[in-house]
Amino acid sequence: MIRIQARTEPSSLMKVASPLLAIVLTLIFGAILFSAIGKSPVQALHVLLIAPLADSYNIGEMFVKMGPLLLCAVGLSLCYRANMWNIGAEGQLLAGALGGSAMALYFIDSESVFALPITLLAGIISGMAWAAVPTFLKLRYNSNLILTTIMFNYIALYLLIWSVHGPLRDPDGYGFPESALFSDITLLPTLFEGSRIHLGILFAIISGIIGWFILSKTHLGFQIRVFGADEPAARYAGFSSKKLSWFVMLFAGALAGLAGVSETTGPIGQLTPNISPGYGYSAIIVAYLGRLHPIGAIIAAMFMAVLYMGGDLAQIEMGIPVAVISMFQGVLLFFLLACDFFINNRLTFTNQATN
Amino acid sequence: MDADLIVQILFAAIKTGTPLLFIALGEVICEKSGVLNLGQEGMMLMGAVVGFLAAYGSGNMGFGIIAAMVMGSIMSLIFAVLVLHIGANQVATGLALTIFGTGLSAFIGADFVGQTIQGFQPIAIPLLSDIPYVGQILFSHDILVYFSFFMTALLVYVVNKTRIGLTLKAVGENPHAANAIGIKVLRVRYLAVMFGGAMAGTAGAYMSLVYTPMWVEGMTAGRGWIALALVVFASWRVGRIMLGAYLFGLASIMHLVLQGLGWSISPNLLAMLPYVATVVVMVIIGADHFKEKLLAPRSLGKPFDPRNMA
Amino acid sequence: MKTHNLVSRLELANITKQYPGCLANDRISITLMPGEIHALLGENGAGKSTLVKTIYGVVSPDKGDIIWNGREVNIKSPSIARDLGIGMVFQHFSLFETLTVSQNIELCLSKSQLNNIGDLAQRIIQLSEEYGLNVDPSRYVHSLSIGERQRVEIMRCLVQSVKLLILDEPTSVLTPQEVAGLFNVLRTLSKEGCSILFISHKLHEVTEVCHKATILRGGKVVDTCVPSEETPATIAKMMVGDLADQDAGYSKKEGTVEVFNVSDLSLPSKQPFGTALKNINFDLKAGEILGIAGVAGNGQDELMAIISGEDERNVKNALTLGKLKIGHLHAGERRQLGMAYVPEERLGRGAVPDMSLTENTLLTHSTGFVKNGLVQWQSIKEYTTELIGKYKVKCHGEFSEAQSLSGGNLQKFIMGREIGQHPKVLICAHPTWGVDVGAALAIHQALLELRDEGAAILLISEDIDELFLLADRMAAVCDGYLSPLVKTEETNIDQIGQWMAGTFINTAVQEAQA
Repeated sequence: MIRIQARTEPSSLMKVASPLLAIVLTLIFGAILFSAIGKSPVQALHVLLIAPLADSYNIGEMFVKMGPLLLCAVGLSLCYRANMWNIGAEGQLLAGALGGSAMALYFIDSESVFALPITLLAGIISGMAWAAVPTFLKLRYNSNLILTTIMFNYIALYLLIWSVHGPLRDPDGYGFPESALFSDITLLPTLFEGSRIHLGILFAIISGIIGWFILSKTHLGFQIRVFGADEPAARYAGFSSKKLSWFVMLFAGALAGLAGVSETTGPIGQLTPNISPGYGYSAIIVAYLGRLHPIGAIIAAMFMAVLYMGGDLAQIEMGIPVAVISMFQGVLLFFLLACDFFINNRLTFTNQATN
Repeated sequence: MDADLIVQILFAAIKTGTPLLFIALGEVICEKSGVLNLGQEGMMLMGAVVGFLAAYGSGNMGFGIIAAMVMGSIMSLIFAVLVLHIGANQVATGLALTIFGTGLSAFIGADFVGQTIQGFQPIAIPLLSDIPYVGQILFSHDILVYFSFFMTALLVYVVNKTRIGLTLKAVGENPHAANAIGIKVLRVRYLAVMFGGAMAGTAGAYMSLVYTPMWVEGMTAGRGWIALALVVFASWRVGRIMLGAYLFGLASIMHLVLQGLGWSISPNLLAMLPYVATVVVMVIIGADHFKEKLLAPRSLGKPFDPRNMA
Repeated sequence: MKTHNLVSRLELANITKQYPGCLANDRISITLMPGEIHALLGENGAGKSTLVKTIYGVVSPDKGDIIWNGREVNIKSPSIARDLGIGMVFQHFSLFETLTVSQNIELCLSKSQLNNIGDLAQRIIQLSEEYGLNVDPSRYVHSLSIGERQRVEIMRCLVQSVKLLILDEPTSVLTPQEVAGLFNVLRTLSKEGCSILFISHKLHEVTEVCHKATILRGGKVVDTCVPSEETPATIAKMMVGDLADQDAGYSKKEGTVEVFNVSDLSLPSKQPFGTALKNINFDLKAGEILGIAGVAGNGQDELMAIISGEDERNVKNALTLGKLKIGHLHAGERRQLGMAYVPEERLGRGAVPDMSLTENTLLTHSTGFVKNGLVQWQSIKEYTTELIGKYKVKCHGEFSEAQSLSGGNLQKFIMGREIGQHPKVLICAHPTWGVDVGAALAIHQALLELRDEGAAILLISEDIDELFLLADRMAAVCDGYLSPLVKTEETNIDQIGQWMAGTFINTAVQEAQA
């Protein structure tokens, strides 16, 4: 007879083990699924997890995907730590890409060394602005942050599509919904010769370190943590919920905006309608998988990037639909939430049935 | 604008509002029991793809609808187990359900993208459809639209006039008190969540069997989220949800209206309208915080663990 | 009360209930005769609520028997209890505000009961007249006053022809007039043979209406009595135990300079069950402890929230610290000016459960530990270790999570943290509630030391003996009014007890009007 029993103290081992356990369970789920559709589970898992790290080109591509995931996830980690349910990283990323691209196109004939920094700044500010509106609406009109940030994702997407069909369309582009290619002066430099790894990944890792620094070293970060963990205690201590809400939302918006502008000025080099394969949504999973800890997010983002790469490879090599990745993400979060149950509970085995 | 165009627009608004109506009807029951399920989009997509495949495979539309309903319920059951039994965070679990459903539906539907199907044909109701204007707007639809009329009426009755409705409201307002007077809180919540799943599945099937009718990845385009706002907009009242759904339907077909007025605006900008409208609605409702607090089910989103009753 | 009936209505034999870390009921035996009004007395945490929930089937006992009308029964759920004829009026959370009175009552009835009754609304009106309850079946519960809601709950039991009515602190939310009305209903029910189990800690009520009383302490029955033969003071003694075992008497001090002042503070309640504060005036001097006595729920929480700034409403000139008006400042700014608080709720407000003690030190004590926005973790750790040692907090170390500490140790820690900031004013609520004797003694010593260093302390407590022990001046709150302030040496338990019951209110209102 198995019984569930509440632990007297939360298990710190399970806090760390839970994401790992969730990953293992997701892989088992994946293996069963692949067998069910008649693919070799061993080969499929190999393509998903090992192949992305097998050669230097693939590793490079993995880092290219890791950048935006990590930038968004660091911001979201801080938001969720403060109980601000920002689901809008995708929209903030698109806004950043849009704002940054508009600036890059403005500098298309420029030689100025300031062109790139200003372009990046434009992206950051656009992302912040896109986060600021829902924040303002929440604090002033008490509107539901989850729903407004999601709506702003859709609005950003259509704004982007409209821009590439209209004002930002390349006049010499034969009517394709794309902007002109940016000038080299506004492109992010690559880190290694012959690879597409660009400065964006450095921004991302630095943002992770900054996020960690804020949370664990500053008084502000401490207040964020208290606010999320125990709101009555935060009010008792006299922390300002408005200030903290603004900070985490603008910080997340800035990072997501930077992710967006880094994509267009990095690997893509122009503005297109498909700049994000849902990085902003996947970052939610990354944030959770990293235990809402910016350093945890670095590891989780790397895992997610591998999965993204693996998904692409699985489609090319085995004909498995690329959507399998977003399904795995959902399953992963399910398993993570379920495993977290055992942080505060445990199974006990008894010999006799109890009434 | 002439009368014919107005009739056309209102007819289209009802048709466009119908999937929203289905999801919102399911979600309002779920929320009345105190559970917030943000997985609507995922359940709806799964309903859409499974409904399409079932109808495509069997050639039977009715079978497609039933398959979609069952699929929606199964999806919601995953959510219910995590949230009600394991005590997982409702927001995070709902998001997971949406992400999972989006991926899984695209996965199973990958080989069927672009296949078309003979959708439900409109059935004009004898006599009623002959009423000038009104008949064309209300009584010349397909059978699922009539089903949505029926479900609305049924739920208005059940929620307001029956003991089931009383029990549902009691559980959503105060699960501890409901438990204390002997109501099985978790059982009520399971049923409410699964009803929500079935309705979201139906909404999905409406998209893939009637509205388009075909399967396209992510074809629900945020309707699951809009429906969540719709429930708040309707102050958790079933009758008002119908009105709200058609208003949102109208916002989605604004291009028809504007064409009628002879304006030309980029369709990409117009596509934003339902989302902008949703934000505006959220602001208007949220501004009257006190009223929202009064009308919302009190225990919405809060976990209830009967083991903690001491 | 009928005494010729020899079969008891309810007999509890050796009821025992263990919760993790707490023996809530320890071999409790009680007998109730038909028509008997029986009081269940005890302090918070004495085990009263657990016991009545056991009778009503909400909690299942680990051991013990329940005998109902001479037959042993197993009450597994509230619906079984109701079928037996047991009704309960809960103190909180039992009505659904968005439903009407008759819908609320309907939910408690089974299909067959409903069929027997026929027209429920008619039945409610009829019973309402019979017992003078004045309940309108068609009204929504959210539109009812608290007293009316309670009558709905009683009605809910009457509709089911109740044989035993359990009332959990029924008078704590009622006005004196409503209390008188309630007692009339109870006496009528008693005459008809319905037994009543009446939980309270208002002693004069018990002596007024109850036939017998059982006193619980620490989960055990410590005494029984016939209330009409006792006085509130003798019953109080049974409830809190022998005062002689406690340390008697600390030296009293007289405060010097006024440091904190509340003047003409009136404030409507924010919460539906809250108490409005009515024209509160008092001053607090450096080097004194001002004790405020009162039954829970008479405005203490509201007063504390507005003084601390957690209640963010602007009270302009009502609060003065030193010479500064602070009514418009937020909680953080008030702390900066030298105010500190020990809240009633230790875990979840006074300390973050899943954070370490070091982090919980930083929660309110940031001065000196934050430089340029950066937390000086090393020095906080050292300081926290020092606090742990100084206040003898039992824990594994500064890294221990707050939730791993016992109530008493956590309270010593919080007390030490607040005192360590050398506050000018310390507001302290129920500092020794649920704390063992040793910890209570340490907390008392710490408060007295702080006073002797020249701080002004406002001590809010339900424990009258503690107030007499510590306070230099005293007052009592009742229904949001504050009594006059007196020196502790110049008053006695009787006077404070009467003030807690509100005897000062009429004169206070007259003075206010004059």
